[in-house]
Amino acid sequence: MTGQEIVFVPLGVVAVGAALLVVTTKQMVHAALWLVVTLGALAGMYLVLTAEFVAWVQVLIYVGAVVVLLLFGIMLTRAPIGRSADLDSGNRWIALAVAVATAALLVTVVVQGFRTAYVPLKPGGGSAEAMGAGVFRTWVLPFEVLSVLLLAALIGAIVLSRSDIGPGPDPGSDTGPGSGGGSRRKGDG
Amino acid sequence: MHILYPLVVAALLFSIGVYGVLARRNAILVLMSVELMLNSVNLNLVTFDVWLRDRLHGGQVLTLFTIVIAAAEIGLGLAIVLLVFRNRESIDVDRLRALAESDAEPPADSVVERQGPAGQGDQVAVSSRRAPQ
Repeated sequence: MTGQEIVFVPLGVVAVGAALLVVTTKQMVHAALWLVVTLGALAGMYLVLTAEFVAWVQVLIYVGAVVVLLLFGIMLTRAPIGRSADLDSGNRWIALAVAVATAALLVTVVVQGFRTAYVPLKPGGGSAEAMGAGVFRTWVLPFEVLSVLLLAALIGAIVLSRSDIGPGPDPGSDTGPGSGGGSRRKGDG
Repeated sequence: MHILYPLVVAALLFSIGVYGVLARRNAILVLMSVELMLNSVNLNLVTFDVWLRDRLHGGQVLTLFTIVIAAAEIGLGLAIVLLVFRNRESIDVDRLRALAESDAEPPADSVVERQGPAGQGDQVAVSSRRAPQ
């Protein structure tokens, strides 16, 4: 085992163990916090694999933004804070069978296919300079399309979460074009 | 470094995510399991990018794109979950069986919203939605 593998294997064990706790814990807030551990271990694995820019983006977006959004969701849906017994649905044994079958299939195929694949890791392949050149030289069109997609998702989330806009009244109803919006605005306060 | 290690970790994370999506009842926990599956795909992408020594860095750039799409997905998903909670008072995915609005349903405020006169119906709907909070 090389030094990189000695660093990588504990990170993988931590990631898989914390992921198991995410899907089996009885407390919802603990599930979100174990998800932080999993995502942090994944960022460490990206660092070992010389993808340093992806690692820091992972820390910023996943650990910083997505988990905070999930915690907000837990808070806003007034989830039980303590232990709750009904977080698992009735078909968890079927789910366990499907998951074990998936794991067996994937691990078998991967071990059969990549048993001897080896790569010496060299630093610099995933630095910010290389990633910036890649994004803005080769992949600039998907990058711009992705910005439009983010805008659409942002507007969609705003429209969904505001209750005073949405499927409004028919345009052929009795109110004029300005009064409908005004009266709806009053309901907001 | 043998690339078998990250590939096995990614496969295990993906199957743990499959278990979470199928076995969890709360919609937010289902979203967390979806995040686990997306992260295992990201680990695969980075691994193969490093293994194949892609000169265009397609794997890592696609990983960045996947992270952005996952952020958009979690934002929209949580907005939908909050809307379901506001209308149904529950986000248990195996209890949300109604595919249409019937008359006998207790939280029927969305029906009020569509049928009332232009301004008032919305006010009634908004106030009745916000009352339990």
